[in-house]
Amino acid sequence: MPKVTYIDVDGTRYDCEVASGLSVMEGAVNNGVPGILAICGGSCACSTCHAYIDDAWAERVGGPNDIEDATLDLANERKPTSRLTCQVQITDAMDGLVVHVAKND
Amino acid sequence: MRRIVIIGAGQAGLQLAESLRKGGHDGELYLIGDERWPPYQRPPLSKKYLAEDFADARLFFRPLEHYTRLNVDLRLATRATAIERAAQRVALANGESLGYDGLALTTGTRVRPLPVPGAAHPAVHYLRGLDDAQALKQRLAGARRVVVIGGGFIGLEVAATARHADCEVHVVEALDRLMARVMPPVVSDFFATLHRAHGTQLHLGAQVAAIEPAADGSVEVRLGDGSGLPADLVVAGIGVLPNQELAVAAGLACDNGIVVDEYARTSDPLIVAAGDCTVHRNLRYELPHRLESVQNAVDQAKVAAASLLGQAQPYADLPWFWSDQYEVKLQIAGLSAGHDSHVLRGEPSAAGFSVYYFRQGRLIAVDSLNRPAEHMLARRLLSGGTHVLPAQAADPAFDLKALLVAT
Repeated sequence: MPKVTYIDVDGTRYDCEVASGLSVMEGAVNNGVPGILAICGGSCACSTCHAYIDDAWAERVGGPNDIEDATLDLANERKPTSRLTCQVQITDAMDGLVVHVAKND
Repeated sequence: MRRIVIIGAGQAGLQLAESLRKGGHDGELYLIGDERWPPYQRPPLSKKYLAEDFADARLFFRPLEHYTRLNVDLRLATRATAIERAAQRVALANGESLGYDGLALTTGTRVRPLPVPGAAHPAVHYLRGLDDAQALKQRLAGARRVVVIGGGFIGLEVAATARHADCEVHVVEALDRLMARVMPPVVSDFFATLHRAHGTQLHLGAQVAAIEPAADGSVEVRLGDGSGLPADLVVAGIGVLPNQELAVAAGLACDNGIVVDEYARTSDPLIVAAGDCTVHRNLRYELPHRLESVQNAVDQAKVAAASLLGQAQPYADLPWFWSDQYEVKLQIAGLSAGHDSHVLRGEPSAAGFSVYYFRQGRLIAVDSLNRPAEHMLARRLLSGGTHVLPAQAADPAFDLKALLVAT
């Protein structure tokens, strides 16, 4: 199973195993990572699963899709590496992925 | 506060539990649900869950270990049968009785049963909980002809899913347009065109008189004009009723929902309530109302938790809501009830448009179709009370975002 490291707003690391096919958001929620609220449940409707893909991974993970881009438009503290984690699907090639949780509260 | 009991393990109940812990409650915490599932997401039940191979566990908000970590005593498949306010106790169906220092009611709603002869037929399904969704999904897999009764959000989402599964789909709606309770004619018409373009037959202004059994286990949905629609599956989505019986029996004020003030407090100072089951006050609105939405479940639960912790903050969050039907994402910001005018931004088309609602010259709500950025912007404009002129909203060339920066 791919390993994904989540770093929350306080800098705490959560090293998790997330099955391929799940979203980065689901991996965070299943492992109790604070700050990934996902209150719309992954419908790309609320922007409360906002995170930054680590610089080392940003290019490989890629940028947001159209609806996500629009939803992100006014999320808190958007950066070039911003993604809504409900829209990022884990693949085997993402083993070792590092994401930084944004301020979603 | 030593022990807090939460009755209702849905989204509001979970949020209350988490907000109580986050807010400093270190006493006992019970979360009691009558379903056998831990708190789960309902919105996907009419969408992805129904349409795809989607594991039940993906619906659960948190893994079971989370409740242990949070030191929440999660009681599933457990029904609360009475609130004894004088004794500050909750009676459970298993005979147990739990004392409380603070009590939260997040009991949600249940579906309104179809009030016609024959409605108890096994071909007639509803959609509210995961058990409903499982049964519906199973029946849908073997169905060729589907009749949806009710042209509201749930009914139309199910209709879209059934078309996706290549079923022949009819939607029967008593009013003369879709989603009439909350949408203006322009949006109703847009969705009517969308559903028809996907091959769904709409019967608007049509009454259902009876569900008549047929020989092969299917039914005939008899309409008021005498015509019949054969169906292997009937899905009724005709609204919900608040689960207020426990509160009523305990003598709490109820009026089509458990009545709470802007602090989510019931008529008993030790008892709060939140989510779909409440008739509540929001400082943004003059009149109390009941809202069935994720936003209300989450935001009002936070208010309720703060009240139990003695850190009361009034409820003033902006309501928002969404619905996915085919390739169209409808997003609603604010409540349009009571508007006296509206303007369109963009022309009704799949490329997207929005409806801006005004009351006495003030923007009160925005419905966006395939305009997610505009929806998010609308939420900001509405939350901050930004002044928007109808002419500005109606002019696609006018940069509404600039208004936000200016305030």
